[in-house]
Amino acid sequence: MSGRRSARMAYGALGLAVAALWAFPVYWMVLSAVTPDARLRQIPPSFLPTNATWSNITSVVTSSNFGNALRMSLSVTLVTVVVVLAFAFLGALAISRFRFRGRRSFVLAVLFIQMLPAEGLFIAQYKMLSSVGLLNSVVGLTVLYAAAIIPFTVWMLRGFVAGIPADLEEAAMVDGLSRTQAFLRITFPLLAPGLVASGVYAFLQAWNEFTVALVALPAESAQTLPLWLRTFLAASVNRGVNWAEVMAASTLIAIPVIVFFLLVQQRMASGLVSGAVKG
Amino acid sequence: MTSTTAQPGRPLAPVVPPPDAVVHRRPRRPLTPYLLLVPAVGVLLLGLGYPVYWQVLTSLQEYGLAQQFGQPPTFIGLDNYARLFTDERLWAVVARSIAFCLVNAFVTVAVGLGMALLMRAVPTIVRVTLQVTLLLAWAMPMVAAVTVFRWLFDYRTGVVNWLLVRIGFEGYAGYAWLSQPLTFFLVASLIIIWMSVPFVALSLYARLLQVPDEILEAARLDGAGSGQILRSILLPMVKPVLSIVLLLQIIWDLRVFAQIRLLQDAGAPVAQTNLLGNFIFELGIGRQDFAGAAAVSIFVLLLTVLLSWPYVRSLVKEDAA
Repeated sequence: MSGRRSARMAYGALGLAVAALWAFPVYWMVLSAVTPDARLRQIPPSFLPTNATWSNITSVVTSSNFGNALRMSLSVTLVTVVVVLAFAFLGALAISRFRFRGRRSFVLAVLFIQMLPAEGLFIAQYKMLSSVGLLNSVVGLTVLYAAAIIPFTVWMLRGFVAGIPADLEEAAMVDGLSRTQAFLRITFPLLAPGLVASGVYAFLQAWNEFTVALVALPAESAQTLPLWLRTFLAASVNRGVNWAEVMAASTLIAIPVIVFFLLVQQRMASGLVSGAVKG
Repeated sequence: MTSTTAQPGRPLAPVVPPPDAVVHRRPRRPLTPYLLLVPAVGVLLLGLGYPVYWQVLTSLQEYGLAQQFGQPPTFIGLDNYARLFTDERLWAVVARSIAFCLVNAFVTVAVGLGMALLMRAVPTIVRVTLQVTLLLAWAMPMVAAVTVFRWLFDYRTGVVNWLLVRIGFEGYAGYAWLSQPLTFFLVASLIIIWMSVPFVALSLYARLLQVPDEILEAARLDGAGSGQILRSILLPMVKPVLSIVLLLQIIWDLRVFAQIRLLQDAGAPVAQTNLLGNFIFELGIGRQDFAGAAAVSIFVLLLTVLLSWPYVRSLVKEDAA
């Protein structure tokens, strides 16, 4: 057995090496964000936080366009999440609780649409928004985001809705609740985890999106955070990039995403395990 | 996993067979489901339906600068397609995109499979460490990830060049990775593989967990070595998930646009590093050739639908279950 144990140790060491390699870019981003720029220009590089500083982060936050971009990102993301959740939930209800003519076509369409690449549509979307004067607007971008995110969200919520037996609702109705009451008091609370997961999904998509924003928001004053980060880096290139500030900016954008992602991923993972037990 | 988002392929959860859903079939008022679908369908028609319609129409018309200034477009049939598909620049881009896509998809799936198997073989604490780091990489916003890699590969003070010089490759002092097409695509591939492996590895690992311990125990009692167990039990068990994630990677890697665009900012030769999405962008936004851009877009959309067919079919089966 000692042969197997030593093999396990060797695999363990390999696993740790791989983990270190995969984590390094994230570590390097955060480390650079709290290191003075002058130190980053020195060789050899420092692999541990020596004389850490908040000054990169404060100078990014107070820089001219960060506030604007943050406001823009928050408005776009918030409106998108609300619209997507409401519309996708109704759609999911339709396909999981009803059998109707055209249901199969709708499901097929949803599945194909979620595979369509933004790159195959963004020129047309740009022309559409510009012809109705909605370039650089929250409304225009939100319509495009909602259309892109709704298909997968419908599909995701369908699973959650279908997982709640309609019998539960019926039992409540036998006990004297109306259909609406039964839905609100029985089904809706059970759906909450699904709605949270879908909402976070929509949040992540809208918050991170770059490609569609690039064509829909050509004005610098209307940039969302991902576009702003690109401009921030480009502006810094002429002066010999201030990587400390650029990494501080990247960290600021990444932190909320990583936190949300880890939260919801755990929730999803427990769902996956229970699925595995049943399947 | 949605279409219009910049990170090709970053769904939220690994692919895993779902629990059986109980669906009750009862006749109800026939109008309700249609009313429930109205808002979603409305947004889809507005945000995607109309652009597709416009694209089909425009790709069949002459739509150049004259039309920008108000002249009505004229119908010219398939001339735009003929013009583009006899243009060798397009074919260079198509060939480059396909090669880039296949290399990345296969490397990603191979590395992901290796990691999934590794996670099975290591002590719990190492496995949890691996899972957390994979989630970290998975969660990184694409723009931030590309920015970090630009810093890692910075020619003057980047840590990669420093390390290469340190271990004896003196030639890499001040080496500009992003100004040569070949090394440009190497960095782009590293970013894409780094970002995509977590999804593949965790999906395959979730599948491996479903292999019953009794089977492995029995195989070991019967004297099977770990190589045999891998070949005869584990690989056949993960094969369905393996083919799905490979297909998804191919579809997602075919549409890489943003990473290339962001890396080109570092001063890469644009014409030699464009992939399909970048080509469309340059044609449409850059040169205002909307008819040409529309024609290439239609080509990309058709290619995607064709490639997506097996995946969608597998999902529909799941829906019917």
